[in-house]
Amino acid sequence: MSDDIILRVENLRKHFIVGRKGLIKREPVTVKAVDGVSFNVRRGETFGIVGESGSGKSTIAYITMGMYLPTSGTITFNGRDLFGQGDRRPLDLRKEVQIVFQDPGSSLNPRRTIRQILELPLSIHQPEKDRLTEIIRLLELVDLPPEFMHKYPRQLSGGERQIVAIARALATNPSLVILDEPTSALDVSVQGKVLNLLIRLQRELNLTYMFITHDLSVMRNLASRVAIMYLGRVAEVAEAVHFFESPQHPYTQMLLSSIPVLTEAEEALRPAQIRSTGEIPSPVDLPSGCSFHTRCPQVMDHCRHIDPLMVPIDVTGSDHIVRCHLFEQANGQVSS
Amino acid sequence: MVDQETPLLEIRDLSVNFRVYGGVLRVLDRINFHVLQGERVGLVGETGCGKTTTMKTILQVLPTPPAEVPQGEIWFQGQDVMTMSQRELVNMRGQGISMIFQDPTAALNPVFTVGQQLTAVIRYASPENRNLNNAQLRERALEALRQVALADPERLLDSYPIQLSGGMRQRVCIGMALSTRPGLLIADEPGTALDVTIQDQVLRLLQDLVEQQGNSFILITHTLGIVRQMTDRVYVMYAGNMVEVAPTQRLFTNPLHPYTQGLMDAVPRLTGGGISEGIPGRIPDYMNPPAGCRFSGRCPHAMPVCNREKPPVFQVQGPADESHAVACFLYDEPHKVSNYKAELQPV
Amino acid sequence: MAEIAVSPAPDLTDVDELARIQRQNRRENLGRMWFKFSRNPLSVIGLLMVIAIILLAIFAEFVTPFPDHVRPFTDFVNAKKPPGGEYLLGTDQFGRDILSRIVFGFRFSLLMAVVVLTLVVPVGVTLGMVAGYFQGTIIDTIIMRITDIFLSVPPLILALAIASVLTPNLTNSMIAVSLMWWPWYARLVYGLSSALRTEYFVSSAETIGARTPHILFREILPNMISPIFTKMSLDVGWVIIIGSMLSFLGLGVQEPQPGLGTMVAKGSDYLPTGQWWMAIFPALAIVVVVLGFNLLGDGLRDLFSAEEV
Repeated sequence: MSDDIILRVENLRKHFIVGRKGLIKREPVTVKAVDGVSFNVRRGETFGIVGESGSGKSTIAYITMGMYLPTSGTITFNGRDLFGQGDRRPLDLRKEVQIVFQDPGSSLNPRRTIRQILELPLSIHQPEKDRLTEIIRLLELVDLPPEFMHKYPRQLSGGERQIVAIARALATNPSLVILDEPTSALDVSVQGKVLNLLIRLQRELNLTYMFITHDLSVMRNLASRVAIMYLGRVAEVAEAVHFFESPQHPYTQMLLSSIPVLTEAEEALRPAQIRSTGEIPSPVDLPSGCSFHTRCPQVMDHCRHIDPLMVPIDVTGSDHIVRCHLFEQANGQVSS
Repeated sequence: MVDQETPLLEIRDLSVNFRVYGGVLRVLDRINFHVLQGERVGLVGETGCGKTTTMKTILQVLPTPPAEVPQGEIWFQGQDVMTMSQRELVNMRGQGISMIFQDPTAALNPVFTVGQQLTAVIRYASPENRNLNNAQLRERALEALRQVALADPERLLDSYPIQLSGGMRQRVCIGMALSTRPGLLIADEPGTALDVTIQDQVLRLLQDLVEQQGNSFILITHTLGIVRQMTDRVYVMYAGNMVEVAPTQRLFTNPLHPYTQGLMDAVPRLTGGGISEGIPGRIPDYMNPPAGCRFSGRCPHAMPVCNREKPPVFQVQGPADESHAVACFLYDEPHKVSNYKAELQPV
Repeated sequence: MAEIAVSPAPDLTDVDELARIQRQNRRENLGRMWFKFSRNPLSVIGLLMVIAIILLAIFAEFVTPFPDHVRPFTDFVNAKKPPGGEYLLGTDQFGRDILSRIVFGFRFSLLMAVVVLTLVVPVGVTLGMVAGYFQGTIIDTIIMRITDIFLSVPPLILALAIASVLTPNLTNSMIAVSLMWWPWYARLVYGLSSALRTEYFVSSAETIGARTPHILFREILPNMISPIFTKMSLDVGWVIIIGSMLSFLGLGVQEPQPGLGTMVAKGSDYLPTGQWWMAIFPALAIVVVVLGFNLLGDGLRDLFSAEEV
């Protein structure tokens, strides 16, 4: 069973020191961007992470990429510790995990041609291969014509730029690709092309995706499993289908009810009784107990003091984990 | 209530060009647009379709050059905007029309308190307001904050924008925009910079306030779901053309223009069904736009005539009080609408 | 992919075709840049002034009426002649043609600017870029504190001290100006580089495993070229002013070589006696050079601005 899992995140924490307070003791002021997150990504699946700003979803991506070191906790990739050598990640591990960033305007260097952009990963990871042939192969793989290599990013449309960023991520032959809001900067009429390209590439190249987004509608159609994050913690993890049919965590329900939709059928899926209220608390000053208690319509007294645990529930007959006191009581069980 | 007789704002045959390197970008191409008294109108389109240019032209804040307006008229409250003096324009922007922008952080000045900014807006909103004393101004400012459901408005008046969350800033902006009691409120992507749950709160608030106060309201956005929720009538814009206008309910149940259909089809659904391919191709070159319909190059139903002629606006038969118009030859009688009916059912 | 099937895919194994595409791109870019630059007529005027001054300075021997007046030369018969006639801008107390000396003065001024900037820019840019990229580390602290020390010494006094400890001549004044100048580039570039290092394209290169020199010189540096060029163009004017100040104080170009500052200094002795042309024309020459480079600098700033045309 364990070789089924490509990425294992265990009790991951990332606390950023954003300042110090006090004249003498100088106690650090920390942002708990990620605060005890565990999940597994299975080989070949699209694991979705959904959350709003401050939820820590991008921080998880950046830690996985090695842009930050975790404060504590581990991430193992195919059984290898990603941080076994601190931030000096060996090249053969680097090549396996790649990322597509949110904004292709910023992730492609405006002063470099597409050819130069694609050459970089090739020169580092596959120095033995002929670069020009490889670049043409990569462009063909993502359905772009080879003459694009002489263009600068600003000569491409937003969608084309993101496709180039995808090609760059694939240049090292990775097995896990992190997609950090890959289409949120794109128009909806272009989004479909990029997402379908990603779906095709996943099938052809046996890729595993960790897909990060705030767009639940995209998630519904793309992800096999979804984790909902709120203020650095996972609120709910479930199979995508069950997830949308029977959202359990009050925050998930609030999120679903907030989405603007186009049809009556979609409206029926939104839990109408829960409307969004309150502000997202600052991650510098997290509420005690369950961090959602300030906005939760079903808040109970002990939610304000005791942090809930991740509880597997048996609503849908599959893996469905919720971090909420409502379910701890109902099931009467405690998990670690 | 919507007054069917007098358009508060009317744009007739407006074109806007931008003079740039290598030629002229024809950014708006003879668009028509109107807002009735008390009406909530949506303007939908994707990046670069001319939504923002349209609004900037109405407010006369386009930099000229490079922009130029070769033809067209804009009427606001019965006055010709194009011939207004500087003073009249300032008055129109101050008290006639208020705007809410996408990014509330950029819309508020970081070095002044919320109170200072609010009172300044109120003071200059109308000549009689200039005589208000500080206490009265403060009272008006408090009132503005209370109506956008902000807790502890007293303390908020003395806060700086940086001390507020994004959602609170946008509420302040909404309060500020409504504090001048404008005839027309324009919101340009009011929720886009906010988180989903916060966006929902802010948009519901905006919707309630507009309904209560009976402002005329233009909502500019690329998110179809928001338009569906908040407007009475929708204009769909593509590449500098108005391609379709219909009452909101009707547009969402029966979109006619192939672009509108493509756009709706492209939105992923919560009910599943996979990801649609979207609309093939890209928006045309504004320097050398197609001679005919600007959508013809991407249109699955394009006919020879579409490449030759710019389609006129066809009124589509609907229930008596619903005016549904579409700029597409598919709905021209000689081209046999019925033949396309089957294909044109919304997906 | 309907959107790009506009032109038939060129054969990329064909070297000529490849070169043609590149040439076409380059031409297109140049055209766009000129369009942006030339929208402001003042920039074009600045550019023309700068070109004219550079040409005059290079071909001074051939364009000036009395090229030998910049060497040891006296002609007391024609001394202190007012402007007009044979001597367009008059002559000085030794009978030397002021016009010829001004044109040669351009040469020394430009020489100084070129030498100073050539020394200062690579040093300042590299230090600032490294410090900015390693912001928050010990490397940043060391480089930027040294920069701060240099910045806290009053620049003119530093230059005066250096120029007067060493022999006062052009070379030493250039060294002096260079020492006070590089920290400004380090500061400018530090800010740019520390902002650029958080851009996703830098993160991307890092996670791919690119080496630091690649990230610094291939990813970050090209994105700072525009503000650096703009500052350089504006600095040419400044260096010329500082150089002229030093030579006005007798620390720069030495007689009989014509420094614009030296000429103003010597000429000002004759202002009370009515020979105004000896000081005024060299002073105007300084104004013209500095103005030209400043206008050009403004144009470059427009050119490099993010605005699309």
